[in-house]
Amino acid sequence: MKGWDKFFALASGLCVLIIFAFLFWIIFIIARNGAGTISWEFFTAAPVEGMTEGGIFPAIYGTVFLVLVMTVFLMPFGVMAGIYLAEYAPQNSRLTQAIRLAVNNLAGVPSIVFGLFGVGFFIQYAGRGLDRTLGLETVFSQPCLLWAAATLAILNLPVVIKTSEEAIKAVPLEHREAAFALGATKLKMIVRVVLPQAFSGILTGAILSVSRGAGEVAPILFTGAAYYLPYIPKLPTDQFMELGYHIFVLSTQSPDVDKTQPLLYGTILVLLLLTLALNTFAIGLRVRMRRKYGR
Amino acid sequence: MEDKGINPWVSTEYSQPEYVRMIENIHALNENLIVRVEDFSLFYGDKPALKRINLSIKKNRVTAIIGPSGCGKSTLLRAFNRMNDLIPNVRIEGRILIDGEDICKKDTDLVALRRKVGMVFQKPNPFPMSIYENVAFGLKIAGEKDRARLDQLVEKSLRQAALWDEAGDILDRSALTLSGGQQQRLCLARALVIEPEIILMDEPASALDPISTAKLEALIYSLKKDYTIVIVTHNMQQAARVADYTAFLLLGELVEYDETRKIFTNPTDKRTEDYITGRFG
Amino acid sequence: MKRGERITNSILEGGLKLSALLAIFLIFLIFIFIFKEALPIFTNPGVRSEVDLRDLFASSVWQPVSDHPRFSLLPLFLGTLKLSLIAILFATPLALGAAIFTAEFAPRALKETIKPGIEILAGIPSVVMGAFALLTLASVLQGIFGWTMRLNAVNAGIALGLAIVPTIYSVADDALRAVPGSFREAAYALGSRRNQAIFRVIIPVALPGIFAGFMLGLGRAIGETMIVLLASGNAAILSLDPALSTRSFSATIAAELGEVVFGSTHYAVLFFIGALLFVITFIINLIANLVVERFKVRLAGVA
Repeated sequence: MKGWDKFFALASGLCVLIIFAFLFWIIFIIARNGAGTISWEFFTAAPVEGMTEGGIFPAIYGTVFLVLVMTVFLMPFGVMAGIYLAEYAPQNSRLTQAIRLAVNNLAGVPSIVFGLFGVGFFIQYAGRGLDRTLGLETVFSQPCLLWAAATLAILNLPVVIKTSEEAIKAVPLEHREAAFALGATKLKMIVRVVLPQAFSGILTGAILSVSRGAGEVAPILFTGAAYYLPYIPKLPTDQFMELGYHIFVLSTQSPDVDKTQPLLYGTILVLLLLTLALNTFAIGLRVRMRRKYGR
Repeated sequence: MEDKGINPWVSTEYSQPEYVRMIENIHALNENLIVRVEDFSLFYGDKPALKRINLSIKKNRVTAIIGPSGCGKSTLLRAFNRMNDLIPNVRIEGRILIDGEDICKKDTDLVALRRKVGMVFQKPNPFPMSIYENVAFGLKIAGEKDRARLDQLVEKSLRQAALWDEAGDILDRSALTLSGGQQQRLCLARALVIEPEIILMDEPASALDPISTAKLEALIYSLKKDYTIVIVTHNMQQAARVADYTAFLLLGELVEYDETRKIFTNPTDKRTEDYITGRFG
Repeated sequence: MKRGERITNSILEGGLKLSALLAIFLIFLIFIFIFKEALPIFTNPGVRSEVDLRDLFASSVWQPVSDHPRFSLLPLFLGTLKLSLIAILFATPLALGAAIFTAEFAPRALKETIKPGIEILAGIPSVVMGAFALLTLASVLQGIFGWTMRLNAVNAGIALGLAIVPTIYSVADDALRAVPGSFREAAYALGSRRNQAIFRVIIPVALPGIFAGFMLGLGRAIGETMIVLLASGNAAILSLDPALSTRSFSATIAAELGEVVFGSTHYAVLFFIGALLFVITFIINLIANLVVERFKVRLAGVA
């Protein structure tokens, strides 16, 4: 390589370097400033003194609760839609194209818009309807974990649909043929041969969406996340504290910025580590799957 | 259909042509014919892949289908268990009778058909499960849960497929750890376990080494007493070695169909002669 | 198959289809329910006396909480524009350069580190990115440029840019790798240098894909909320100066919906902004997706 070739190799390599420099910078700053805060107490205690002291247990608990409920909403629909697109949808039909377009566009809807949708649809419409039908007073027609989880599930639906479809399509045709030739119905073929093989791919989608669900704040701002709660939520109809939202609260609404700073960095570090761990796991799974199918 | 077949003589509900056909079918059974292909054509879109094929396959015999690649031999084989249904835009005409029943009808029960007509594919395609689970698959999807019966049938078909000695002790191991030849015999065992009447083999030895091929061929010979076997092969020596009858297909047409000995020593059609003497293909 | 089994099967298969149709259904549902809450702007006389469409687009002050609330979207529109522009200007060259490097220059082993690395960047939650910009990046930038406002459009725009780098990168990388090897070979066979092959053959062929990545990145930048909310300072100033504190559509909703009275004019206006965001990003994504689709079809014809 010489002359211009070398210049372009260096220039484009520099872009990679800059991106990675920022990535490491972010991780380094947060790790350095947050590491000191991490302690057993930080994980297990509740915030005290107007959130200038104590730990983040309620936020961790709320985050886990939230993504669990989200997963319950999300996975059945996401995987079923993935199965439909991979196994049943007639290729090149108008309807299939419309579904794909809708999935892709759903992926691009801003997260704050999902938050608004959660308010307008789940709380104001579905929640009110439920309360009226069941004769309850403001149980469902208020922000709560259930609606926040449902909102996040919709946000993550495209991720799960796409990863499931991809994983299902990667299962070799020979295995489908073998199952059919043994007298399997299509559904049995899918359940017994395709889904077990697509499992790690589907799991990748689940983990990615959990990671994203744990980190997204905008959709839960008005659908259930609480600034501070003196109790631990027990029911899906309770409000909840959440790590990402807690970061937002600590960084913008603290009564004493200097005193809050260590807690803030500690919380950021915890959320960052959580999402990094989930993502690394998902990426690892995917790399392994690609190798297995040689793609 | 079944009760119709038992005693058509006493019934008056049948039209004349149906009657004739039923009598033919009974004759067919008497003659030990298990498959009858009648004026069967198959199209991919508008392109004909098989043109008005007529042939009958005898029970407990090995029938080979030979021909150059692209002649439609695999397509014909896959018509016997309707595997062509998996390909979009396939259209068929004519009939294929198996045990006197037309399997080309829209309402044919494909599950029942495929349990009657088993298949072994070109490339060994065991599922990424244990050896045991592979063999038991066909039973389990049919709802068999009795562990003892499963064990017994799995062993029986592994023995039939001459794999028990090699794999009997490692049933829990992944099927993918077996060699290619073993995998193909495993696929055979997997097909045998649901006790089909007919076994279709689509170039079953094309991915195997000569020793594995010889084993498989010996196996085919021994299975003949219990099963009817239809094998597609591009290897004429193989057809000559294992088959009782041989059909020669060219460009979707059945050129000649006769006893293997006759086809290979004294073919009637010039094209058959050209093919087996290696002038093309 | 038994009759019972057949019925169960068709029910289950119907369920599969319904799940897939859910995606289409949701798109409509989102639009309907957000627009429904914004509807009073057009229909309710009480609301209309406080704000009408002309106020939204013609006046210049966003002051929703006061005795005489004023709801001009112009400063917010300008803010959103400013922020996304900075983000795109920052992210596109970086992401494109990185994509070209991975597709054309990087040895295999390096390639397999770069891609997961950028996926890790994509996995950083936006609230974390926002907090980083708020706590660290803002001070560093202020130290360099000496701006009076610590939190401003450049600060938020850069953080926003970092967040959309993975989007642009992955789509551009896919596009570059979708260019058939035969094109490359043809270019080299004609004696091109590597950079000539890249700039005269590969990039032009991959251009629709690269454009789609740019559009998807833009869509994300316009809609991204937490980064802007934390890092931009959130003052609704009607100005193009990037060194000033800036407020976007998305951050406005996030900052104000919590305190708003249900059913009030302010509430309706915030949902109207939401509907606007939805429509804008929908159109941008639609264009991007259609371009990608056509690009794939065209290349499938060649390869």
